[in-house]
Amino acid sequence: MSPAEPLPGTGDEPLARAAESPAMRIFADFVANPVAVFGLALLALILLLAVFAPLVSPQNPYDLAQLDVMDARLPPGSPTASGGTFWLGTDDQGRDMLSAIFYGLRISLMVGATSTVFALVIGLTMGLSAAYIGGRVETLIMRVVDIQLSFPAILIALILIAVLGQGTGKVIAALVTIQWAYYARTVRSAALVEKRKEYMEAARCLALPPQRVVFRHLLPNCLPPLIVVATVQVAAAIALEATLSFLGLGLPITEPSLGLLIANGYQYLLSGKYWISFFPGLALLATIVSINLCADQLRDVLNPRLQR
Amino acid sequence: MPVYIVRRTLQALLVLFVMSVLVFAGVYAVGNPVDILINPMADQIEREQAIAALGLDKPLWEQYATFVEGAASGDLGRSFVHATPALGLILERMPATLELACAAMLIAILLGIPLGLWAGLKPNSFAGRSIMAGSILGFSLPTFWVGLMLIMVFSVMLGWLPSNGRGPTVELLGIPVSFLSVEGWRHLAMPATNLALFKLALLIRLTRAGTREALLQDYVKFARAKGLSNARVILVHVLRNILIPIVTVIGLEFGSVIAFAIVTESVFAWPGMGKLLIDSINLLDRPVIVAYLMVIVTIFIVINLLVDLLYSVLDPRVRLAEAKG
Repeated sequence: MSPAEPLPGTGDEPLARAAESPAMRIFADFVANPVAVFGLALLALILLLAVFAPLVSPQNPYDLAQLDVMDARLPPGSPTASGGTFWLGTDDQGRDMLSAIFYGLRISLMVGATSTVFALVIGLTMGLSAAYIGGRVETLIMRVVDIQLSFPAILIALILIAVLGQGTGKVIAALVTIQWAYYARTVRSAALVEKRKEYMEAARCLALPPQRVVFRHLLPNCLPPLIVVATVQVAAAIALEATLSFLGLGLPITEPSLGLLIANGYQYLLSGKYWISFFPGLALLATIVSINLCADQLRDVLNPRLQR
Repeated sequence: MPVYIVRRTLQALLVLFVMSVLVFAGVYAVGNPVDILINPMADQIEREQAIAALGLDKPLWEQYATFVEGAASGDLGRSFVHATPALGLILERMPATLELACAAMLIAILLGIPLGLWAGLKPNSFAGRSIMAGSILGFSLPTFWVGLMLIMVFSVMLGWLPSNGRGPTVELLGIPVSFLSVEGWRHLAMPATNLALFKLALLIRLTRAGTREALLQDYVKFARAKGLSNARVILVHVLRNILIPIVTVIGLEFGSVIAFAIVTESVFAWPGMGKLLIDSINLLDRPVIVAYLMVIVTIFIVINLLVDLLYSVLDPRVRLAEAKG
């Protein structure tokens, strides 16, 4: 896996390589692995379906005027009254499962992404503070992180939901509380390594203001490992939200995420109506797998030790 | 060694104390203690009597002292729903959860270590690649959905296994257990497999990574040079050396299996303490929630302590580092 060797006589090859932006190089390395490209394509498809759910869905599953109880619990492939097809069947309200899944993806991805952004900001601040300030601040922050990470995420989520009560905002709050610790730990360890490097010393010697040193010099160099952890954590957050919703402790019925759709089909599973739970679960699995595949490749691409 | 044990035990007690403060702060200070500790069905007069009786009009530190005093004597409040001590309710359900967790762990160990060893010895073979692909899937599959699919296939379509409950139990030393009867095993099979999947994937990866590393070590080359049989090299030289980190992880993961049993128990209506927790959250039976929290935190701390001690017994280098530090 050596870089394209400059051909004898064409001295401009290394220059062309140097002119590539880091983003271009990362992209080029990323698409070198076909499995990762598959993951990225799948993820892109899922994102598009989620964003454009109202446009691509055969029906609006939450517009009661479009639902007919006579259509309830039809198996996949059943014809609709208007001449279409319920490709994935219908649920107990006569809702087209395909449409419900597109809308559900939307909610699941929204909750996952929102919680990740908030957790990232908090974790980043805490991790950078711990590494940059050090001393008691560091000890305190990292002790909290250690204690929190010694308990499984699902347990902490359930405790928080039990104390705070239910609702979309509270689920996001619970997910943020769980995730920030992972980011704080990652950023701190990256920042501790970067802090000792010469460019940081140079920045300090130039008497740059601390916020400039932290945000322009330290932070960008801590980002690669953080991006990998964040990708994995988005998948984890989506899975955890689905689990909470399945247990009836997640999102309210007014915001039916994939987990809620699966829970909805649970009671019909025993009578052989598998499709109400099966297809939303498949969509959830596809989402998690596609994100994990991307994360795996990002880990290799962003790892400086493996860099060409 | 005794000094080390005493120090670790003191540390564990400190963590338990910190956790009790956090649980106390979470339940008594962040939430509204009146909502949490007094039955929501009570009328105004009953509420005021209860507030005085529970000492909620006293300063916070005094309330904490009362809480600790009660907790130390095993009193973690009474369930609103069952009208019995919350701790008793949890201890009653604990054997079912522990049985499920042990069965799941056993499945993960008995399958995970051989499969991981195989994948580590032949990383580029078809089998090795398939095992790794399977373990990645094991990480990505949502536990609760796999549970539903198991029910769909084995209960609904094939009709082989019962979909819920624990079935008839047999008393063993006064504790009801499932694993002594065929019917019990049939009930245990699906929940245990479901709970085992994630840990199975983890153990496969760990064992594989350990095996690949160990194979490059000098002691393995030396053992081969001595002309030892392949089986002896793998079972004695490789396996024994990779077991140390694996044992640690198995110990640490046992706590997380108990926590994840919450989900599996809900899917299969397994009457353990995880299902009790979910039922209690849905019924707003807050004393049971608090009691569950204290019990599970204690379990975690005890497991962490045992693993640390076991680790220092297994690996002499840890003890040396401790003595120096």
